[in-house]
Amino acid sequence: MKRITVKILFAVLALGLGVFALAACGKDSNTIKVGFNIPLTGDIPKVGEASKFAAEMLKEDINSKGGLEVGGKKYKLEFIYQDNESKAESAVNAALKLINQDNVLAIVGPNSSKQAIPAGATCNDAQTVMVTPWSTNPDTTKDRPWVFRACFLDPFQGPVAVNFAAKQFGAKTAAVLFDIANDYSKGLAEIFKAEWEKKMGPGTVVGFESHGTKDQDFSAQLTKIVGAKPDFIFVPDNYNQVALIVKQAHDLGYKGPFMGSDAWGSAELMTLCGKDCIGQFFSTHYAAAGAQGATKEFIDRFNAKYKYVPDDVAALTWDATRLVLQAIQSVGKIDKDVKVERKAVRDALANIKEFDGITGKMKFAGTGDPNKCAVVVQISPEGKFEFKESVCPE
Amino acid sequence: MQKHTFTIGLFALIALIVALSQLNILDQYYTSVIMFMGVNVMLASSLNLVNGYMGEFSCGHGGFMCVGAYVSSLCTVLMFSKNQILGAPLLPPQLAFIGFPIALMVGAGAAAVAGLVVAIPSFKTRGDYLAIITLAANYIIISAINNMEIVGGPRGFMGMSATDRAMSGVIDLPWMLIFVLLGSVFTVWLLRRFVTSTLGKGVPAICQDEIAAEIMSVDTNRMKLIAFMLSSGLAGLAGGLYAHVLGYVNPQSFDIMRSTEVMVMVYLGGMGSLSGAAIAAVSYTVLMEALRFLDVWKWVVIPLLLILLMQFRPEGIMGNKELSDLFPKLRKYYSFK
Repeated sequence: MKRITVKILFAVLALGLGVFALAACGKDSNTIKVGFNIPLTGDIPKVGEASKFAAEMLKEDINSKGGLEVGGKKYKLEFIYQDNESKAESAVNAALKLINQDNVLAIVGPNSSKQAIPAGATCNDAQTVMVTPWSTNPDTTKDRPWVFRACFLDPFQGPVAVNFAAKQFGAKTAAVLFDIANDYSKGLAEIFKAEWEKKMGPGTVVGFESHGTKDQDFSAQLTKIVGAKPDFIFVPDNYNQVALIVKQAHDLGYKGPFMGSDAWGSAELMTLCGKDCIGQFFSTHYAAAGAQGATKEFIDRFNAKYKYVPDDVAALTWDATRLVLQAIQSVGKIDKDVKVERKAVRDALANIKEFDGITGKMKFAGTGDPNKCAVVVQISPEGKFEFKESVCPE
Repeated sequence: MQKHTFTIGLFALIALIVALSQLNILDQYYTSVIMFMGVNVMLASSLNLVNGYMGEFSCGHGGFMCVGAYVSSLCTVLMFSKNQILGAPLLPPQLAFIGFPIALMVGAGAAAVAGLVVAIPSFKTRGDYLAIITLAANYIIISAINNMEIVGGPRGFMGMSATDRAMSGVIDLPWMLIFVLLGSVFTVWLLRRFVTSTLGKGVPAICQDEIAAEIMSVDTNRMKLIAFMLSSGLAGLAGGLYAHVLGYVNPQSFDIMRSTEVMVMVYLGGMGSLSGAAIAAVSYTVLMEALRFLDVWKWVVIPLLLILLMQFRPEGIMGNKELSDLFPKLRKYYSFK
């Protein structure tokens, strides 16, 4: 009896292997395939979901008009979503699967830098265009001609926060609280400190404290910071931690302002933080409240369809995907050989000098990184992220 | 002749996989899946020594993998790629064939030394308490790396792919695939030789009854030291290969999630069965990839499969048997020690 169970188990395993090996795919010359390497499960499923929703909306838009017009012929779009589980090796496998099995023309994603860096290397080696919507780490595109991005970089966001805070709060001293195990948070904190001290003189960052990723209690660090009496506190942290930090700082008697970074910009921030976050500022990719033109149209439609205001990931995915599609269009024809077409798409993408996205105008100067403006938003009493000012690179 | 059929068959299989990959019949995606399979086989079988054969509960395997990954990466980056610390590569690319295995061994050695963090407390503690120590070891290693600027801290560390390029620049073959396959064969071979040796018999003895083993003249402290160091050293070897396959490492890849994953593979395969661990590692990797089309549902289906398996076959796929015990008739075609 036992023997039989084991043999059945083996049969099932063998079958599994067989199915896996036979998972070949049919080819259709009237479609254009674009891959999405996004975190649908794992630490940040909301990010993957927002990307997928934005992409689906764009696909429906174009396919309902008969498809994407390339060289006078209309091609239906096919978007293939691969879950990278928010893990580095899974992102590499997902990229390789999209490139080798699904034969996509280009890949959008991954979103976080910890997946975008290794996946970028893979795509660059496999000579396939990759556009990451949200990865702000400079290494993602560095020395990789096939990798592009649709957002600004960490080294740009730091000075934005410095200049804005100096002007808005009339601040002379600052304190920083950041997540030491989060590359984004740590990088931004260091850039901010360097910029601030350059502007205000050494020793003007009166507190520079760190915490761990899953910490819930920040009173030790905050007591030190509050005791140093900074003019404001810079918190480049994820929204879930921001909620706790701001609340606990207020409990410790801190009354001054906070300044944050784009990781604050989640729809969930206000549910977690409540009235403590009202009136605080953060720099981000776009402002949903008070948006105009194409941006407003995107927000309204997204909101009507998926019942929440799209966050920056959704908007950036929209822009990244449109960048790819524009490049495909400007190639002017679809070559039968996918490798030739990929090369053409890369060249076309590298030739795009200016792109009018819903997250602002992007200018590309020969690298994969756009030159674009950041916005600073203030959290209104209704919990909306209201446009305060736009800061552009010189 | 019988003496060698198994070895010949195994190396023929490796040669076949490498050839298929070289001729691009197995595309890069399959090659990469096979490489992660190999890494998982190494991880699962090395953890099986502690969790299966020795009956302790170690849940910090990811930490040792991390040590191996970082140490060997640091070695190869210094030797074969342009870096911030030394500038130009130290050695010419032709030496990568020697340098890379040495770097892997250095990584494995460092991981084995890190294994002492767990091995020494294990003399006095066991069971749940030791499990907590292993967990702590995992955290200590991850936080240490998070705070080391020289390897990039939480930003991660890269530049390892230069070694692969150096090797294929000299002789054009899928070198990483070859090293991973050889590494997994080496791991399983070493573990099998160890647990069937006279010395290694002490490990299952500890599992059954530590005091009785002590009375029967098994030096339990020494056995534990060997078992933990061997297990973490092999995990370090796996980590080194993982880092070079991926070309990028960051500390978050080796946290408690990774340790749990390896543990799942061990229990899936059956404790105290090397072929079970290997089969489980292979099928787990295949399942992870084959069920990609389910999207979010994948993470409902895989745990469900695990629950069903544990319900109807609580000892795992193989229990504590080896493949050769299940198909005894095959024995006349081969023999191995």
